[in-house]
Amino acid sequence: MDIELRSISKRFGTVQANDSISLTVHSGRIIGVLGENGAGKSTLMKILAGYQPADSGDIVLDGKRAHYVTPQDAIAAGVGMLQQDPLDIAPFTVIENFIYGRPGGFFVGRRAAAKQLSELSRRFGFELEPEMPVASLTIGQRQQLEIVRLLALGVKTLILDEPTTGISAEQKHLLFEALRELAQHDKMSVLLVSHKLEDVIALCDEVIVLRAGKVVGAAQMPTTTDQLVGLMFGQVLTPHQRPPVAIGEAVAQMDQVTLRGRRVTVEHFSMRVQAGEVIGLAGLDGSGQELVLRACAGLVKPSRGSIHVGGKVMTGKSYREYLRAGVAFSAAGRLEEGLISGMTLTEHIALASTQGALIQWGAARDLTAAQISQYNVRGKPSDEIQQLSGGNQQRVLMALMPQKPLLMALEQPTRGLDVDSARWIWTQLLARRENGTAIIFTSPDLDELVAYSDRIFVAFAGQVREIQVTQAAHEHPDALIDRLGRAIGGDFGDAAIIAGEAR
Amino acid sequence: MKDHLGVRVGLTILPIVLSLAITAVIIVLVGADPIAVFNAVMQGAFRNTNSFSGVINFWMPLALCSMGLIVTFTAGLWNIGVEGQMAMGAIAASWAARTFVMPSEVLIPIEIVIAMLAGSAWALLVGILKTKLGVHEIFGGVALNSLANVYAIYLIAGPWQPPEGGSAQSTAPFPDYSLLPPVSTEFPFSLLMLVIVAVAILVVVLALRGTRWGLQLKATGKNARSALLLGVPTTQSAVTALMVCGALAGIAGAYRVLFTYESLRPFASGGIGFLGLLVVLLAANRALLVPLVGFAVAAVFTGSTRLRVALQLDTSLAGVLQGLLVLCVLLVNGLRTRLSENRPQAAPLAQPAAYETRTPTTTLDMLAAHARDDKADDSVTASTPESPKEGQA
Repeated sequence: MDIELRSISKRFGTVQANDSISLTVHSGRIIGVLGENGAGKSTLMKILAGYQPADSGDIVLDGKRAHYVTPQDAIAAGVGMLQQDPLDIAPFTVIENFIYGRPGGFFVGRRAAAKQLSELSRRFGFELEPEMPVASLTIGQRQQLEIVRLLALGVKTLILDEPTTGISAEQKHLLFEALRELAQHDKMSVLLVSHKLEDVIALCDEVIVLRAGKVVGAAQMPTTTDQLVGLMFGQVLTPHQRPPVAIGEAVAQMDQVTLRGRRVTVEHFSMRVQAGEVIGLAGLDGSGQELVLRACAGLVKPSRGSIHVGGKVMTGKSYREYLRAGVAFSAAGRLEEGLISGMTLTEHIALASTQGALIQWGAARDLTAAQISQYNVRGKPSDEIQQLSGGNQQRVLMALMPQKPLLMALEQPTRGLDVDSARWIWTQLLARRENGTAIIFTSPDLDELVAYSDRIFVAFAGQVREIQVTQAAHEHPDALIDRLGRAIGGDFGDAAIIAGEAR
Repeated sequence: MKDHLGVRVGLTILPIVLSLAITAVIIVLVGADPIAVFNAVMQGAFRNTNSFSGVINFWMPLALCSMGLIVTFTAGLWNIGVEGQMAMGAIAASWAARTFVMPSEVLIPIEIVIAMLAGSAWALLVGILKTKLGVHEIFGGVALNSLANVYAIYLIAGPWQPPEGGSAQSTAPFPDYSLLPPVSTEFPFSLLMLVIVAVAILVVVLALRGTRWGLQLKATGKNARSALLLGVPTTQSAVTALMVCGALAGIAGAYRVLFTYESLRPFASGGIGFLGLLVVLLAANRALLVPLVGFAVAAVFTGSTRLRVALQLDTSLAGVLQGLLVLCVLLVNGLRTRLSENRPQAAPLAQPAAYETRTPTTTLDMLAAHARDDKADDSVTASTPESPKEGQA
């Protein structure tokens, strides 16, 4: 499908999210859409997919002006979008999710739909059991389901928002194969929004780069990461330096803990975290690494074993007691677990900093202004938190954390952030180690794990094991990344098992 | 989502204008004159000091319940149990009035404090059911409302039966020294209660604006999970909010029996608690608007008792207006949600399982829940208040 966007503009309050963007996509092409957080990528894609209307401008599909106000209209016009978190209905089964949203009569052709589902799955090598509940699928499988659902609805343009976050190497391979096949064979247009430049380079035919609501650059493939970074930020980034920090005494310890999750159980897991250390937890979504991380903050209680923080027994204590013992936690879903939509920055700061019964609003405003400049937040004290971009929200979360915790437990601390914001966050985190703070974090990004971790644990189906990180690995990370890639898929290898038991 | 002031004021007034217009159409359809109806209601409320004191006597308990509900709404709770909390306040004050023989200056404070404790304890039950046992506050509240009302009927028909035999209409009138004194016979309302109401309004407004407790309530109400992770004791927030509301509702209940009825009656609350929910909805949860909106509602409900005398119309017209108001508020809220959908929102992330307290996540959820409950409320609220002091006038 040929897509032409003509002078699309969209304003949110004082922010011009899209500023007269014009752009043409020819059928059969895969286009990468790049830009830092808040550049206007998501806004533009949501306008094209009918999730929100543009203030002005036209969408022209195959030469005809399209008018739509809902995602359903957009799908009917041939444009479907795959959200970062698939919008499926968890209590439904695969086949039920496949069927819902279809136009047509009251009665559902379940058998015909099942046939269509299995044909589409076979074509792309997807493994989708019709009667499996969606809640038991991995993110990658839910994504596959959403793709075949949109295809069955007759979509001729696919928009994907960060599709490779949280899926396995195998699933990524299948996804890219499917997208290539759809572009070449079915002449579909594909728009890929991603922060992962190597994905864009591997998959796309051309890229466009947005900055501050405008198209600021475009490139045909082949190109290099450096060129793309140059287009996005106007500079080439050097690898991040980790200042060495002395590793101190143990700040937290788990002994033979058993952690029960909804999908997996981690059994007899032991780990020691020492002051100044950074521990990375790798694994596909729901493999058990989240359980370990949340157990560090008392959000998952072990059914067996013991947990110590700062020398004190913390087994079975509440989150608030962990907080008092010096554990700081931040979750992957910033607006779901951490920040409060509808409250201003000042209110957040006052909530975290007020000790007495009365709130000194003047002092809270001053403190907020100070934090805004210290953490380089783009926002005003009176802004409500949801008005900020993801990167700025993460900065606020950092500002809300205690200054000198013993242990920071961070769930995907750079989730959805562009390269620049992610580096800034890590600079701040690494600096905190100098006070003796230990960091434990999860990440779906193997590069990030290798770049920042002193030690790495990999979770697969509830087994959590340590993968040895040597000094050489930091200088030549490719071999280690490869090892981690195989481990998160369940192939630990002999050395890993020995390393895991050694601790 | 910040709206312009004009838009906000407009969206607050729109449902009132809409429901008044539809009510006017209904009045015309039944063959009456809307202007005459309006005049009759105004007369019913403001024709003399006696009718005006009827409005005040209705407004004071309504304002107390509404201010309490502002506290629970801020904490994200639908305290539908406010009716039962009022009833328990009424029962407790009645007990004190029947039991103690003391001078007024000592007894009245005791009655009020006991009523506060009883209302608060009844609300604490809702809180325990919610935070410890996972019973939604709406269901817990509805159940406890019934229990409180049945208990009052049992007392009236049984242990507290008047000596001349039980008709289950009311207990014997309480002794004079236990009752709140009126300002004068021309202007019968209690000055002490007016002072208590004023203090309650002031304290609630200041507590929500300027205390850590108020901010913690707001955080809990908007996102209990995030609040917990930021170190807010969310269970404690929810429970204390309910207890404050229960205490205020308890005073309201005490006023009904110690002044309005001078005895304990079945359903002594007269649906004022439920009406409080409507007042807070209309005021869009803004604490300072609540006394004003409450006053307008009190005037309409008290004034409409005049309709039968003046125009041979049923007083349930006020109930019609109330029902329409609820509908129009919900409609306008839906409209507001539609309008705000065009603004940027972060992609939703799958919610984790472990919640300390469960609260309705969106205004829509809360409104939908209210819409469901409202059917149940109407039977009580539609029976307009019959205050004997007003009726005699």
